[in-house]
Amino acid sequence: MSDSAASVDSLKTKVPAKTIGDITVPSPVFSCRDVDVFYGDKHAIKKVNIDIARQQVLAMIGPSGCGKSTFLRCLNRMNDTIVGARVEGQITLDGQDIHEKRQDVVQLRARVGMVFQKPNPFPKTIYENVAYGPRIHGLAANRGELDDIVNQSLRRAGLWEEVKDRLNQPGTSLSGGQQQRLCIARTIAVNPEVILMDEPCSALDPIATARIEDLIDELRESYAICIVTHSMQQAARVSQRTAYFHLGDLVEVGETNKIFTNPQAKLTEDYITGRFG
Amino acid sequence: MTPSLLIVALALLSFIAFQIGKARALSVAGGARGIRDLHSLPGHYGMLAALWAGLPALLLVILWVSLQDRVLIAIVTSHLPASVMALGQDGFTLFLNDVRNVIAGNIPASQVSAEAAVAATQYVRLQGYSRMALTALAFAVAVLGLFITRSRITPELRARNSVERVFEGLLFLCSLVAVLTTLGIVLSVAFEATRFFNIVPASDFLFGTRWSPQMAIRADQVGSSGAFGAIPLFAGTLLISFIAMIVAVPIGLFSAIYLAEYAPSQVRKVVKPLLEVLAGVPTVVYGFFAVTTVGPILRVWGESVGLDVAGESALAAGLVMGIMIIPFVSSLADDMITAVPQSLRDGAYALGATRSETIKQVVLRAALPGIVGGVLLAISRAIGETMIVVMAAGLAANLTANPLEAVTTVTVQIVTLLVGDQEFDSPKTLAAFALGLMLFIVTLVLNVIALYVVRKYREQYE
Repeated sequence: MSDSAASVDSLKTKVPAKTIGDITVPSPVFSCRDVDVFYGDKHAIKKVNIDIARQQVLAMIGPSGCGKSTFLRCLNRMNDTIVGARVEGQITLDGQDIHEKRQDVVQLRARVGMVFQKPNPFPKTIYENVAYGPRIHGLAANRGELDDIVNQSLRRAGLWEEVKDRLNQPGTSLSGGQQQRLCIARTIAVNPEVILMDEPCSALDPIATARIEDLIDELRESYAICIVTHSMQQAARVSQRTAYFHLGDLVEVGETNKIFTNPQAKLTEDYITGRFG
Repeated sequence: MTPSLLIVALALLSFIAFQIGKARALSVAGGARGIRDLHSLPGHYGMLAALWAGLPALLLVILWVSLQDRVLIAIVTSHLPASVMALGQDGFTLFLNDVRNVIAGNIPASQVSAEAAVAATQYVRLQGYSRMALTALAFAVAVLGLFITRSRITPELRARNSVERVFEGLLFLCSLVAVLTTLGIVLSVAFEATRFFNIVPASDFLFGTRWSPQMAIRADQVGSSGAFGAIPLFAGTLLISFIAMIVAVPIGLFSAIYLAEYAPSQVRKVVKPLLEVLAGVPTVVYGFFAVTTVGPILRVWGESVGLDVAGESALAAGLVMGIMIIPFVSSLADDMITAVPQSLRDGAYALGATRSETIKQVVLRAALPGIVGGVLLAISRAIGETMIVVMAAGLAANLTANPLEAVTTVTVQIVTLLVGDQEFDSPKTLAAFALGLMLFIVTLVLNVIALYVVRKYREQYE
């Protein structure tokens, strides 16, 4: 049923069957092969092949509804929480299939953290927001270690100086930009390998956005980062590699400066030059 | 014309006035093209004419009808022969009752005294005149209103503003009705309660531990002098409400968690309405259930383990009341849990939290104020609940914490005090109002706290 719908779709959209550019990288952290996602009958992602490199930022761009967020949510199996969503194909994290029966989704998400579009601090204190992940995964043996993790995470998220005197206030009392950095601190606290960011700055003002972008650049030293963004300037500023999605297809992927200066696919060029999107 | 027929006629006249006003506005404007020169739409001018034709006349009718009977009786009384006036207070009241019964046609004129028959005839005759006068006057006022308004219609007349002001006033009056009713209830209960506290000291009522409201009515009667210590009643109410909450809060909350977080949508579609059916069962039916099923079962179980359970026990009443409140708790908690944004759940899942960790530490935490508010509302319902406890809790005012004994509640005592013949100057009857006042204050405080908590919670996520 969905197969026939898919073939009709691909006839209509006339996208090159194969992704243009270098989908492979040496020693990838994530390796995705022929990934399909269906929401009920809707074919949201079509045969996507891409590798994700370590210590690098991968930006995913494309018009609304093109499937970039959907693809991002495949990487930590957040699509499991959506009723009627189905993921096919192979996704490996450090060579292990994340859909394998042995793979515990809880452990997967501890290794692959996620930051969302709207800051979503828990209804707890600032301290407890950061301590939540380490607590549920038992990362701290005692209160002292937990304090250290919270301290380190807030420092790395560039929030420590602003909140060190008010750790016991609710996380919701912070400003939007601070809340988003709190969410990043919360993610770092579990010490993941990869951080997924789904339009992390779309609800923030330009100053808060600049702080987050600086932060992303620093975090790249230790983590692989995938960021979905609608801002092409942001993609150009923070990423080393860029992937362009269109109507569920991965059209082109390559080094960011190449994609933005010399795109190979017509669709990518049209999008980057602002002809649509 | 009878007043009801008159009101229909006035409504008709208002409708005609609407058409006249609208037509006048159009002709003043010089046809449909000129509408833009008018301050308001033609319909507004029509409505203004209709209001001026209808409202003053309607107010007149209402005022007239509410005063008519008093005036007519006064006139009839002033013409009565001296023999009737000599009857004294009680006799005169009986005489007036006869007159009214004849007027209403309940008894034929031949069965009452000649004076009463004459008075009744006179009343009916005067009533006829009064109605004619009212009809003429009301129509005069209506037509006058219509023509004055019609002559005032010019392009500058701000008809829309006036019409909207009148409707705003009507809306205000409607909302005032609910507020005034509440105020009226409070005042009437408070007034009767003050009379009670004049006879029985408030400290005896509030802190007394013996409740035995039987009073000797006559001096020569053998009977108790009455004791009005309300503590056993409030203790019984609290005991039963406590048992009810022990049943309702966990079951309601857990079923809400299941429905909101775990249940597949098909199960939710079936179970949620079924649970809400429980809320639609009349409380008197729950009462049957408590008396005929739960009470005897508890008794048998108690005997089998060597416990002496009263036929009417606090436990039976509390259990059934708890079942009654389950849908109340679960539906409120379900709303609160569903209102927790999905982004919070996503945030927890993305950190690697399991479903149960997410629910316990994030979702319930976020929904807690709302759930607490819902539980407080449920408690105030349990305290005010009457029918189940009347049927299943018993009448004996025991001061006990043992749920296996019969206890009585505030609401049960109010019912027993006010059922059957009563005199409204005895403390026995007046005690009901004092109890009612206390109950009202307690539930009011609970409701205010609950609404405050719920509102605070809502602000957080909107």
